[in-house]
Amino acid sequence: MEEQRLIFKHIDAPGYTHDIDCYLKHGGYEQLKKAVTMKPEDICAEVTASGVRGRGGAGFPAGVKWKFLDRKSGKPIYLICNADESEPGTFKDRQIIHKDPHQLIEGMLCSAFAIQAQLAFIYIRGEFFEGYRILEEAIEEARAKNLLGDNILGSGYSCDIIVHRGAGAYICGEETGLIESLEGNRANPRIKPPYFPAALGLYQCPTIVNNVETLCDVKHIIEMGGEAFSKIGTPGNTGTRIWCVSGHVQKPGYYEFPCAALTLGELIHDVCGGLQPGRKLKAVIPGGSSSKILRADERFKGKLKDGTEFDWGIEDIPMDFDSLAAVGSMSGSGGVIIMDDSTDMVEALANINYFYAHESCGQCTPCREGVPWMRKVTARMCAGEAREEDADLLNDIADQIAGRTICAFGEAAAWPVQSFIAKFKDEFVEKAKAQASRRKEGKPAATETTLI
Amino acid sequence: MSVNGTSEMITINLDGHEVEVPKGMNAIEAAKLHGKEIPHYCYHPKLSIAGNCRMCLIEMGMPMRDRGSGEPILDDNGIQKIGWSPKPVIGCATDVSPGMHLRTDSKSVKEARNGVTEFLLINHPLDCPICDQAGECRLQEFSADHGRGYSRFIEDKNVKPKRTVLGPRVTLDDERCILCSRCVRFSQEVAKDDVLGFVDRGTYSTLTCYPGKELANNYSLNTVDICPVGALTSTDFRFKMRVWFLKRTNSICTESSVGANTTVWSREGKIYRITPRRNDAVNDTWMTDSGRDLFKPYESDNRLTHYTVDGVHKSPEVTAKAAADILAAGSVAIIASAHSTVEEQFLLREIAQETEASVSLVKHEGDGDGILLSEDRSPNMRGALLNGLIADLPADDLSSLASQIAAGTVKTLLIVNEGLERLGLSESHLSQVKVIYLGAFANAVSQNAEVVIPSLSVFEKDGSFVNQNFRLQKFFSAVPGPRGLISESGFLAMVVAGLANEQARSFGIAQLWDKIGQCDGVFHGLNWQKIPDEGLALDAGAIADLNFVETKNLKYNPASPKLVEIDSSGI
Repeated sequence: MEEQRLIFKHIDAPGYTHDIDCYLKHGGYEQLKKAVTMKPEDICAEVTASGVRGRGGAGFPAGVKWKFLDRKSGKPIYLICNADESEPGTFKDRQIIHKDPHQLIEGMLCSAFAIQAQLAFIYIRGEFFEGYRILEEAIEEARAKNLLGDNILGSGYSCDIIVHRGAGAYICGEETGLIESLEGNRANPRIKPPYFPAALGLYQCPTIVNNVETLCDVKHIIEMGGEAFSKIGTPGNTGTRIWCVSGHVQKPGYYEFPCAALTLGELIHDVCGGLQPGRKLKAVIPGGSSSKILRADERFKGKLKDGTEFDWGIEDIPMDFDSLAAVGSMSGSGGVIIMDDSTDMVEALANINYFYAHESCGQCTPCREGVPWMRKVTARMCAGEAREEDADLLNDIADQIAGRTICAFGEAAAWPVQSFIAKFKDEFVEKAKAQASRRKEGKPAATETTLI
Repeated sequence: MSVNGTSEMITINLDGHEVEVPKGMNAIEAAKLHGKEIPHYCYHPKLSIAGNCRMCLIEMGMPMRDRGSGEPILDDNGIQKIGWSPKPVIGCATDVSPGMHLRTDSKSVKEARNGVTEFLLINHPLDCPICDQAGECRLQEFSADHGRGYSRFIEDKNVKPKRTVLGPRVTLDDERCILCSRCVRFSQEVAKDDVLGFVDRGTYSTLTCYPGKELANNYSLNTVDICPVGALTSTDFRFKMRVWFLKRTNSICTESSVGANTTVWSREGKIYRITPRRNDAVNDTWMTDSGRDLFKPYESDNRLTHYTVDGVHKSPEVTAKAAADILAAGSVAIIASAHSTVEEQFLLREIAQETEASVSLVKHEGDGDGILLSEDRSPNMRGALLNGLIADLPADDLSSLASQIAAGTVKTLLIVNEGLERLGLSESHLSQVKVIYLGAFANAVSQNAEVVIPSLSVFEKDGSFVNQNFRLQKFFSAVPGPRGLISESGFLAMVVAGLANEQARSFGIAQLWDKIGQCDGVFHGLNWQKIPDEGLALDAGAIADLNFVETKNLKYNPASPKLVEIDSSGI
């Protein structure tokens, strides 16, 4: 299957470089020139009409998010680009930053103009040293051409972009945690209510936080119009998605397709070259490590939002927001993790738990105490001390976390556990039994593991 | 919102019952008004909302309205449907609004509390038997109320520092800390000394002082008070006494004219600690560290313990008669004290009237801190004014006293609790007059006095003070004084009787107040029982316009000294 690239149109194209001359040669900044002549509210209307949904994970319509903005407060409005891409399995934003930074800058300036922000921030993940350098360079290039800074292109509109590096914490991708970090504090997410960013965001001012890919989409919405953009994909699932495929496929990588243009099976077999020879598909995590896992031999039955009934095997699931939500998972940040039958599910969950226990900010009780507890349980199971009741215990702990925390990290950490137990409980129990019998035979209970 | 009921009342549905609550109050306080406890750790009525403990999770629903038309959505019975929040909400950050439905004891709420309790306990050392907080520990109480009673945790617990010295008065046990951040917020918001914070992340988060700083401000022990567990402990009190053995007595801090409400914790005649008592009109829930040490000087050997006349120990009755005889001779100057209680000052005024004595007063001042330590370092200056003991604020010094003694116009001095330096006198001055000394400690004056009357401390007697906002506040005896001593008011009443040639009879504070209440003035019509535990705001009239020394502090505004801004968000 051929990719249909929109945002990644030039990325990896031969001879395409990340400097501004190359970008301008390919028609760059034409949309910004167009945008500053438009009325800001018209751009907002186009974005709403496009139906574009947030690409960071939650899939919330960007136009609706902008509408929440408190414009009457008289306080400055800020735009923040969330470039803290740190969901395991996701690696799309860094491609944009590394290979086409001016697309992001143009998208940001168009968005900033639309919401009338005079100052925008790019909060970039601390580990992206190279991306930070490239962005700083690109901003200076744009400034030299009066595409950024005071009185952009003589329009009277001024906006600057500040790049801020994170210090290496997953929680900084949570928008209120990001704002705290940007203010110079520990990235402890804020309580909502009252601290909704659209009203009380950065420095208690109205703030919009959007993902890198979402902001790039804005540029294309201005280019083709909201109406035309909404024709890409299916209603409610508009635009393209960049699927970051990793795991047990022959050709892992990033692939851009319109929403619902292909099924999960097509993505695995036609796009990514299928599994390694002799292996069978066991499970898929479709939207970054926090999304719920799908089992290969499941049948997914139910009704979509529009009422159509479906009865899918795992390979029939269309790759879009609503279909993946309908099968009980989510498209999240687009990080598709493929697992074949060589995967030990207990070890896989132990690995995920290790990550979330390490990244919990420690502010609120259920997440701070519950997630490391789950990590300790799965680590113990891998170390040869598994008990048959551990599966139920893990599920119980996860239930006590999900929905009771300050931010969505609680769900992000609980969903993998809940779904692994729901779908692979037999393997957890089996592990305990196998260890017990090995112990009885006088052998070491634990088998070799590859835990980090 | 104000305490006097001017706030707008709204109706909410609390666990199925329609109840009235003030608009804008949070769910924890609203439920408390109607006898429902929503357990919480991090929420404190006088601090900002953190929302991190998740103990106060409750179910919340609002009447449903159609998104488009705004019309109420009705069920089959014509009753508006309730849209329940899919996730539980935290009570501390949920402000009530009209029609709001709250469930504080549903199955899911109980499960949420049970879950949070289990999480808080998995890494807790469970060392209640040696923990000072045992008996007043929120974690202990809520674990009994909402916990499962056994542990499912078989992994290794986290290890953290056990005895971090945060400052001169506070020691931290990090393993017990539940990271509620009350102490951090207190330091930032009330003490304005931002020295506490968390280091490390997740389950390894650890409370500590910033490098190179220490928790040394004069409010550091409040962090111990508000710590819901045994993490922050008072270095002074730690490992001394189980709290359930201690008797609690309401008292008033005498450190300054703020008059912080306090609780004195004592056992078998010994005071173990003093903690603040909540009064939103005076001190909220705070007090100074220095105010907590005020009982210690009274344990010194320098304490006066015997009534003496000309150096010989006498009974109180004989001493009172001797004092009355000296005073009756006239030419008396009384050096009164703003440390005396309202009752003592009342009796001193009677003595002054009877003997036509001149009355002056020595002021005690220091730097204020803008919070709960005011410039006037005496608890009852306004009491002396309201009593009519003095007519105006005291002068800077008593320079005229020495010349009056030299001129022979003053032949007798009745000195309450002052040393020579503050009086501007030398020992040779004292040798020219007869001296009656009333005080707690031996000093140069008491050594030269004909009559020495040992006084009791504020912890050993009943009485009342009038604070900076003209609030009449009473305190009670927590521990007995030295053997054989009676209260100063009892003693002075005998002196008054002696001057009037009446039979001296002892009477209690209630009878004395019957007498005070008969006089004209601000105390008219009052009696001891009528003074509530939280104090009584007096109408000071013209006296309020005097040029008092206090500058703005937590509850005092020099521009409107009688008005107290009360944030009663949590009554």
